[in-house]
Amino acid sequence: MVDVLIVLIKIVLALTWFLLLTLLLTWVERKESAVVQDRIGANRAAVFGRRLFGLFQPFADAIKMLFKEDFTPPFADRALHTLAPFLSFFFVAVTVAAVPFGDAVVVGGKRIALQVVDLNAGLLFILAMLSLAVYGILLSGWASRNRLSLLGGLRGGAQLISYELALGLSLVGIVMVYPSLRLSEIVHFQGLNLFGFLPRWGVILQPLGFVVFLVAVMAETKRVPFDLPEGESEIVGFFTEYSGLKWGMFMMTDFMEVIVAACLLTTLYFGGWQVPWLGADGFHFPWGGTWLLPKWLVTVLQVGAFNVKVVFFCWLQVLLRWTYPRFRYDQLMRFGWTWLVPLGVVNILLTAVLLII
Amino acid sequence: MKILSDAVEIVRGGLITARHFVVNMWFHTWRFLGLRTKRAGAVTIQYPEVRREVAPRHRSLHRLVRRPDGKPRCVACMLCVTVCPSECIFVEAAEDPDPEVQKYPARFTIDLSRCCFCGFCVEACPEDAIRMDTGKLEVAGRARADLEYTVEKLV
Repeated sequence: MVDVLIVLIKIVLALTWFLLLTLLLTWVERKESAVVQDRIGANRAAVFGRRLFGLFQPFADAIKMLFKEDFTPPFADRALHTLAPFLSFFFVAVTVAAVPFGDAVVVGGKRIALQVVDLNAGLLFILAMLSLAVYGILLSGWASRNRLSLLGGLRGGAQLISYELALGLSLVGIVMVYPSLRLSEIVHFQGLNLFGFLPRWGVILQPLGFVVFLVAVMAETKRVPFDLPEGESEIVGFFTEYSGLKWGMFMMTDFMEVIVAACLLTTLYFGGWQVPWLGADGFHFPWGGTWLLPKWLVTVLQVGAFNVKVVFFCWLQVLLRWTYPRFRYDQLMRFGWTWLVPLGVVNILLTAVLLII
Repeated sequence: MKILSDAVEIVRGGLITARHFVVNMWFHTWRFLGLRTKRAGAVTIQYPEVRREVAPRHRSLHRLVRRPDGKPRCVACMLCVTVCPSECIFVEAAEDPDPEVQKYPARFTIDLSRCCFCGFCVEACPEDAIRMDTGKLEVAGRARADLEYTVEKLV
């Protein structure tokens, strides 16, 4: 009974964290793009005359989308048209279940992992769910019975499947270095030190894999340098026939994918919740000093470090999204198949050779 | 190795936007804390509250210049009506008791929904009775009739 309750509380907390961060990310996207372009960005939404840097804008947007007309075109397949946004939302929302937020804590003699479920194939679970998200895109394009939406859906399918391959290949290296698919164990392995002082983070052991993964995961979020499924300037994309909250769900899914990508980058390549040289009882510096900390402070530091890293990678992805122009479709495919996939294979070979030596 | 130089350019592009972000945030932060900085963090002018100064020769909403006694200077000579390319000025003359003035506009209406703000009426006026120097830029109405500005609105 208590176990069920704990899991329920964890689900609620994780989803709240996820959705709040999504809302914030829409604000970050607007403000960061503005700052990058020497503008100010949305700052007019106010509550009781307080503007708070436009922090109310996401809520204003949400209210607007709730009250917009939810229109299903008469020629569309009604059931599938309705199902598609929920599918893509669901598959992205469940990935947060496998993300480790911190080391396990002991409360009242009970060991509680700061993770909704510690799956022994957590990495595969996240990859599988991210791949399934393509169903939402394909379905929305198909069910709209609109040739431009269908084109967007097909582009989405082709792009996501081809970049999924590079994504998987770059992660093979990670699995070889940290011999586990359990995300909590991967993070634990990254707490060890290389040569006694360098944290064994994925980015240090797998620099090439990191680059391939970063590009592939950005293609996976289908945002600007890779936003061919949307293709705003020519086909408007798979959600052409959507309005109101259903369109909002597609947009939220986009932002949630950015957060999932940031979580994956953090967990796999930047040590997850690990702080360099922070053990379970405090800091053990490589130059010999130790600084013992109480248990709760260590947990707070770990969760804080995880959040800081995730926010940093969200920031980085938004920055890249506002820097680069969009690929043409053939360039996108050629880049994926002739550079990313071979680089992923090279990364696996290098890792294997280095592991044997 | 074109791919290498391309990769370098890609990274440089990212660094340019990152530099803009850091520099602008630097100025935003100091400004927010109340310090004076050599420039603001953004080039934005917060329009309804802060306005750009219009140039002195800028042609904005019309104004009828008044005599010392408060009446409009216009003598209803119809020159502006004649010169107006959009035919948006309507003047109805009436006799003025003052023999020096002879005529005054009983009705002087500018249909701003037709006005193209060319300023010909200002050029044509022999009495310097109409000017376009109010600096009012927002001329809007909910109906066409709202945009027909009469003497009362124009003085």
